[in-house]
Amino acid sequence: MIVGEQKPFDEVWEMVKSHKQLTVFGCNTCVAVCHQGGNKEAEILASLLKMRATKEGVDIEIVDGGIERQCEHPFFESAKELLEDTEAVLSLACGIGVQFMAQKYKKTPIYPALNTTFLGDVQEDGYFTEKCQACGDCVLGVTGGVCPVTRCCKRLFNGPCGGSSDGKCEISKDIDCAWQLVIDRLKAMGKLDDYEKLTPIKDWSKDRAGGPRSFKLEGF
Amino acid sequence: MEIKTKSRLEKVLKNGHMAVSSECGPPRSSDPAHIIEKGHLIKNHVDCINITDNQTSVTRLCSLAACIHLKQEGLEPVLQMVVRDRNRIALQSDILGAASHGIHSMLCLSGDHQRFGDSPEGQNVFDIDSMQLLQTVRYMRDEGKFLGGDAIKVPPNMFVGAAANPFADPFEIRVPRLAKKIAAGAEFIQTQCVYNLDKFELWMKGVVERGLHEKVFIMPGITPMRSVGMAKYMARAVPGMDVPKELIDRLSGVPKDKQSEEGITIAVEAMERLKECTGVAGFHIMAIEWEEKVPEMVERAGFYPRPEFD
Repeated sequence: MIVGEQKPFDEVWEMVKSHKQLTVFGCNTCVAVCHQGGNKEAEILASLLKMRATKEGVDIEIVDGGIERQCEHPFFESAKELLEDTEAVLSLACGIGVQFMAQKYKKTPIYPALNTTFLGDVQEDGYFTEKCQACGDCVLGVTGGVCPVTRCCKRLFNGPCGGSSDGKCEISKDIDCAWQLVIDRLKAMGKLDDYEKLTPIKDWSKDRAGGPRSFKLEGF
Repeated sequence: MEIKTKSRLEKVLKNGHMAVSSECGPPRSSDPAHIIEKGHLIKNHVDCINITDNQTSVTRLCSLAACIHLKQEGLEPVLQMVVRDRNRIALQSDILGAASHGIHSMLCLSGDHQRFGDSPEGQNVFDIDSMQLLQTVRYMRDEGKFLGGDAIKVPPNMFVGAAANPFADPFEIRVPRLAKKIAAGAEFIQTQCVYNLDKFELWMKGVVERGLHEKVFIMPGITPMRSVGMAKYMARAVPGMDVPKELIDRLSGVPKDKQSEEGITIAVEAMERLKECTGVAGFHIMAIEWEEKVPEMVERAGFYPRPEFD
């Protein structure tokens, strides 16, 4: 799923304080799982902004709302009037949702309440870790199910580097060495000999290097 | 052994001599005087001089320019090249540029992560990794082609090396990893600083068992300790560095003003012991900002004078 983190409150306030009316709008799927951007969080953020407005004597009408997903047209039906009549939107979606709304409501300012941080998993309640960078050419089949693009700080395809120490990365004791994990997995599967196979030079044109990506299903 | 390039290091190694290389770090300045001076301090005692490439991710005068300065002084530089800062276009371009200036040896490295340097907020590149850089240089030299497949009219004439760290984890893949670097095209290896001689010899035993020492020239890295403080710092803070407690104790047992001398002695003793180790083809002396001590170390270890060629 997509993981995001709310921006510092002061930064959010600075973005929206000049408006007379604002809709704080949640996205109730990915970013709701990490308790940062769901409809409930939109309600809380709206309350905080109202308090700040009162404190600073700023006249701004703030309402909140939300839908299941801000990245697909059908979900917007239920919020049609709310969004068409609003002066500005503070979206708690990831960057995809913010852009989708900006495209949909051509004249309405749409502000991001979140920093979209990564594609990750839920290791345990309240703990999320990055696992994929959507490089467009998955190598997990040869790396024991551990992604070197995402999890090696130097994205080495033939690691580990000389900085791997006690299973940790040279840049931080809080980061696992991805190649230690690859090797542990290969060993557990009885495939350690595969370590010596050289991984060829990657085609990054399928990554962001090749420009914005899209894909269209035929027959829809 | 067939000599493939004009590299002096290759000539020394393939003529059966123990090679001695050293390294100099370029200045954080546009004035090359200091690195030229350092090069001249050691030129008669080493076969070649590695020039580091923005080591520890601190921005410096570029390795290629520093190599050219040394070359113009008649010295023999080894171009160090990291894949952190340049994509495949820039790497191949710099390889051609180096070869055009008569630089015929290079060392392919990943590079320290930028978090350690003066630009922790910078982007890193890592378009290819250090193994793939080895493959790239060998492909350019041996096939006479760019990675994109186009022919290179005059291919770069490069003797190609890589680093190895026998002390990084996991230890069990450190010999397979060397085999992988050889398969990728490494012709010489300069290792991480060796302080734990027992562990180095254990690694070399694995290397020799697989016959890898017959496929690549292995040069252990030697860095003299200037003080017990330096030894403790390296043990504590440098990832992948193995500094045994006995070494720290030995330096601690010496008065402060004698510790640097003791550090030199320890380094010389390491070379004397390791030159007897099967598969060791020479030494790479990294006397970090202490280049003036290199001649003494080379002489005391019995590697002076250096071989001369016509």
